[in-house]
Amino acid sequence: MSDVLVIIPAYNEGERLAAVLQSIRDLGRDWDLLVVDDGSSDRTAQIAADTGAFVVSHTYNLGYGAALQTGYKFAASHGYRFVVQMDADGQHLPEETIKLLDPVQADEADVVIGSRFLDGGGGYPVPLLRKVGIGLFGGLAGLLSGATISDATSGFYAVNRKVIVLFASDVFPADYPDADVRLMLHKLKLRVRELPTTMKPGPPDKSMHGGLRSLWYVVKMMISLLIVWITRFTPPVDKEGSA
Amino acid sequence: MTPTQRIFAAVVAVLLMLFVINAIRRRRLEIQYAILWLIVAVGIAVLATWYDLLVTLTHFIGAVLPTTTLFLFGILFLVLINIQFSMRISQLQTRLRLLTQEHALLVQKLARHQSEEKDDSPQ
Repeated sequence: MSDVLVIIPAYNEGERLAAVLQSIRDLGRDWDLLVVDDGSSDRTAQIAADTGAFVVSHTYNLGYGAALQTGYKFAASHGYRFVVQMDADGQHLPEETIKLLDPVQADEADVVIGSRFLDGGGGYPVPLLRKVGIGLFGGLAGLLSGATISDATSGFYAVNRKVIVLFASDVFPADYPDADVRLMLHKLKLRVRELPTTMKPGPPDKSMHGGLRSLWYVVKMMISLLIVWITRFTPPVDKEGSA
Repeated sequence: MTPTQRIFAAVVAVLLMLFVINAIRRRRLEIQYAILWLIVAVGIAVLATWYDLLVTLTHFIGAVLPTTTLFLFGILFLVLINIQFSMRISQLQTRLRLLTQEHALLVQKLARHQSEEKDDSPQ
């Protein structure tokens, strides 16, 4: 068993997921892959299992945050020391996982997050409104935590054991983890680093922040940030120990 | 309070009580909620028969009309019970998420054990 687990939450990703899994395998690392199938109605789970990845399937759709947390629970109980979390739709470049993981494995950081907005990062042009939203959350989370946050909504993470146990515990905002997670990490005084990464455009029909939902999302995130801000966190105890 | 009003309030109280008791009997209502609604029914019955209490309460909260007191407490009660229900739903939602996650992880573990057993068994 490897000490690195790549967690990929997936909901009706179908063939796109197979390509993502294959390109991670092509990196030639001995990492374990875990697909958390969040109650998909298509063949997502089967496709993932066929590639040899571990598959954990929710009986019904719990949402992105909960799927992610299931992955961290798997990692925590199986003693993994490092986790890379990435999207199933191919937006994150598999070759950049190594760049994110290196500082964590070298114990220079507890969490490394891929950012589209740092020099050297980028990818597709982000629509203005969304850019404003991301800037707003980053700004607010930064203001509340005193840290500089360039890409508050990034879902491209590499973390160590300490953070695996944290995300597997009930302090993780499984409803919709985003800028509020960044604030939580800073409140717990974990070493957080952002590195520039490229993000490819996702499939047009699957954007999580599109349409009327974006307004609801903004309100929810604001409240979530304030809740995290006034909450006192104690780091959870690692019951399994590291592998 | 006119006799008609009293009779109406008493009938409502009795009907509510019967409804709640029937729900308990058919196991459709948990005791903790049953108690709450029985208290409501008793409250309505008390206020319907004991008018002086309502008047005293009205003076106490500074209202002019006894009906205001009834509505005020009615609305307050509904607000409180809604908050309580929201809390309960949130708690249930969290528990359901935990169970679903735990279930998914266990199913994966079981499948892995079963396939390992199959590999180990003599052909």
